[in-house]
Amino acid sequence: MVPTNYYLILSAILFGLGVLAFVFKRNIITIFMAIELMLNAVNLAFVAFSQALGKPDGEVFVLFVIVVAAAEAAVGLGIIILTARNRRSLNVERVDLLKL
Amino acid sequence: MSGVLVIFFVLAALAVFGAVSLILQSHPIHSALSLILVMVSLAGLYLLMGAEFIAAVQIIVYGGAVMVLFVFVIMLLNAGVEERTNFSKLATFGGIPLALALGGIIAAAIARSSGNLPPPAASGAMTSTRELSKLLFSEFVYPFELTSFLILVAILGAIVLAQREN
Repeated sequence: MVPTNYYLILSAILFGLGVLAFVFKRNIITIFMAIELMLNAVNLAFVAFSQALGKPDGEVFVLFVIVVAAAEAAVGLGIIILTARNRRSLNVERVDLLKL
Repeated sequence: MSGVLVIFFVLAALAVFGAVSLILQSHPIHSALSLILVMVSLAGLYLLMGAEFIAAVQIIVYGGAVMVLFVFVIMLLNAGVEERTNFSKLATFGGIPLALALGGIIAAAIARSSGNLPPPAASGAMTSTRELSKLLFSEFVYPFELTSFLILVAILGAIVLAQREN
């Protein structure tokens, strides 16, 4: 059997890599993917705890996280399309003004 | 080493490889494919833990719907190779130490607090979808209804944002 700690450590590693990607990538779409990666890492911890404690509550939370992530992806990608159309660039460092 | 442990390490290595590849690839479509690799290996880990329904939802919703949306937007915007700019020195000098500190804090918290948890699926019993749905439609019924409202608002928001002016 795999100890729960292993799942939690994997979750922490994936979350850390997500933070790294969030800080270092310049492409707005890739940064958005880094957020999805962090959400996935948290989901892994949720499921590991839920299975370790023998309660399905954590898996219900994971379902909610997935729903919110899907909604977030729809709105976020809409914003990305709008930004790319207005700025003609996907580089976040070129999107530094609230006004055009 | 037992077979389950071998499967865990293979899937975990695939997930970490995918996450590292997401950072190192310079083309967004390659990053997206790396992220799909992470999601599929996480679905395998959910199966290993006995969370069958979550594994299926992970593949269908994340690996399917969300990532298709991402790939669609990448192609729609004709996103090319990432432009390397360095306007912000703060990200370069502060990013790595801060990310490492965050990882260290999380690892320390895990090492300190979760030593006495039983391993997942130790009983060998899978969380049945029936059990999950009972909980979802009894105790969590209000949040569940709210998610439908959230999705409706998100659809409207996406339409309003993405439509062309005039």
